[in-house]
Amino acid sequence: MRPKNRKRDKTIIASRLIRRPIQRFFPIFLLPTFAAFCIGFVIPFFWGMYLSFCRFTTTSNARWVGFENYFKAFNDPGFVHAFVYTALFAVTSLIVINVLAFAVAYALTRGIRGSNLFRTVFFMPNLIGGIVLGYIWSMIFDGILSRYGTSIVLSSTYGYWGLIILMSWQQIGYMMIIYIAGLQSVPEELIEAGKIDGANGWQSLWRITIPSVMPSITICSFLTLTNSFKLFDQNLVLNGGQPFVFQPDGSIIKTTEMLALNIYNTFYQNANSRGVGQAKAVLFFLLVAAIAIIQLRSTSRKEVQR
Amino acid sequence: MQREKKWKLAFSVLFTVICIFYMMPIIIVLYNSFKTNSSINTATFALPNADTFVGFQNYITGVSVGDFPFLNSVGYSFVITLLSAGLILLCTSMAAWYISRVNSRFCRMVYYLCVFSMVVPFQMVMFTLAKTANVLNLDTPWTIPVIYLGFGAGLAVFMFTGFVKSIPMEIEEAAAIDGCGPLRTFFLIVFPMLKPTLISVGVLEIMWVWNDYLLPYLVLDRKHYMTIPIHIQYLQGSYGHVDLGAIMALIMVSILPIIIFYLFCQKYIIKGVVSGAVKG
Repeated sequence: MRPKNRKRDKTIIASRLIRRPIQRFFPIFLLPTFAAFCIGFVIPFFWGMYLSFCRFTTTSNARWVGFENYFKAFNDPGFVHAFVYTALFAVTSLIVINVLAFAVAYALTRGIRGSNLFRTVFFMPNLIGGIVLGYIWSMIFDGILSRYGTSIVLSSTYGYWGLIILMSWQQIGYMMIIYIAGLQSVPEELIEAGKIDGANGWQSLWRITIPSVMPSITICSFLTLTNSFKLFDQNLVLNGGQPFVFQPDGSIIKTTEMLALNIYNTFYQNANSRGVGQAKAVLFFLLVAAIAIIQLRSTSRKEVQR
Repeated sequence: MQREKKWKLAFSVLFTVICIFYMMPIIIVLYNSFKTNSSINTATFALPNADTFVGFQNYITGVSVGDFPFLNSVGYSFVITLLSAGLILLCTSMAAWYISRVNSRFCRMVYYLCVFSMVVPFQMVMFTLAKTANVLNLDTPWTIPVIYLGFGAGLAVFMFTGFVKSIPMEIEEAAAIDGCGPLRTFFLIVFPMLKPTLISVGVLEIMWVWNDYLLPYLVLDRKHYMTIPIHIQYLQGSYGHVDLGAIMALIMVSILPIIIFYLFCQKYIIKGVVSGAVKG
């Protein structure tokens, strides 16, 4: 009886002392953020949802057309190509980035001299923005490829691997930091116990270390996946979707165009296809949200197990 | 033991070599920014020699090329980045305290909307956001921080709320009993305790806004205002093949502040970026 009462007293005191006085300051504490949040997110989001069902060139001449935009989006070969291309890109970069980042992190937690300096260097490209990164690498790739009489914008294969190299250079340092944090939290006794039981280095890596850093692996995998799907600046600058392939029916497939760039081009290269662009954006949002939900599920399940 | 030491030394040497290669792109840009335009095209990887070295000529051309002064773009980039980061830190930390202490139904709704906004890609809102900003006259460097506050509120509110929840209420109760109003309680007691999260969020927002391209490109009135990424992209796009040496010089100018920032607060940056990643 008593403890329960005390707890209730405490909440009453807390609400008298803290909750109510704060509540009176709503206009100062919450209102500015809430108003800006409405302007910067809530209104544009729901307005965008609505416009995806409309035909429009500017917001004032929107006319309801139902699901027409969505059908058009699915029937656009450029969009389907961009989707497949982005998915392939995401899987490749997921593997390349995570394997390399884990290897570097593993090596740098062995107590090598100079580890801190190496860490600093690997992380640095992460701070450079996408536009600038694109120009740096397009100069380098063209510097190499011009010797063979070609260019990064002339070949979709080079464009693909160029983007993978760029993306890896940018993100390995970032993922490495997360892996280092994970590796440092693996208890020393576990590895010692493995050694006493006769595990060699390889076995202790596969049987002890990797299972212990599974949470970091999940985080990094999903981060690289969403980063790849959202990639825009680098794609725009490095090749801008080139080379283009002209279809017999007059449509153009931009062979290295990823989803975000495809949506952007649908919006701003032809004002008449803005409704379709908005519908594509909604589909893009659903895709990214689905990835985030799967991530949330898988991480919370892992936490329960631990 | 002796053998292990040798291994470690070998690894140190190996990583030194790898790191030099890893830095190569930045180093190449650095020395190319002192070369003539034609030599960048024909011999990209050669160091400047007596014939190709032009000193700071590229920097002078880069700053003056085009009909928009580059230094103005640098200034606007600084204004937008600092104003946005400051505004986000102040407003969202206050909002997060209000949300977690009042905890009404409305507060929870705002909180979940913020969490939700983190998974929405920018392309989803870009057209309508640009329109809204335009109607409300938020298209100048002094007002665009409001847009950044709105679109960036999600992550910041999420991170601050997580931290505020871990602060024991007893401290604030004691302050309230001593006659401290909410404003003083927040600024004198809660705000200083938020320091680690303030640094993390600040670093994340500064890096985001400084490097952001599409949002300011669509929102800003580009006749009068540009940021560094917009300027570089604009030079390349509208002037066809602009002097590569000048572009290299501008790239150096634009990554220099970030690198200096990084070398001075490396510890905080890495911590901030990782805490954002793990929570987001």
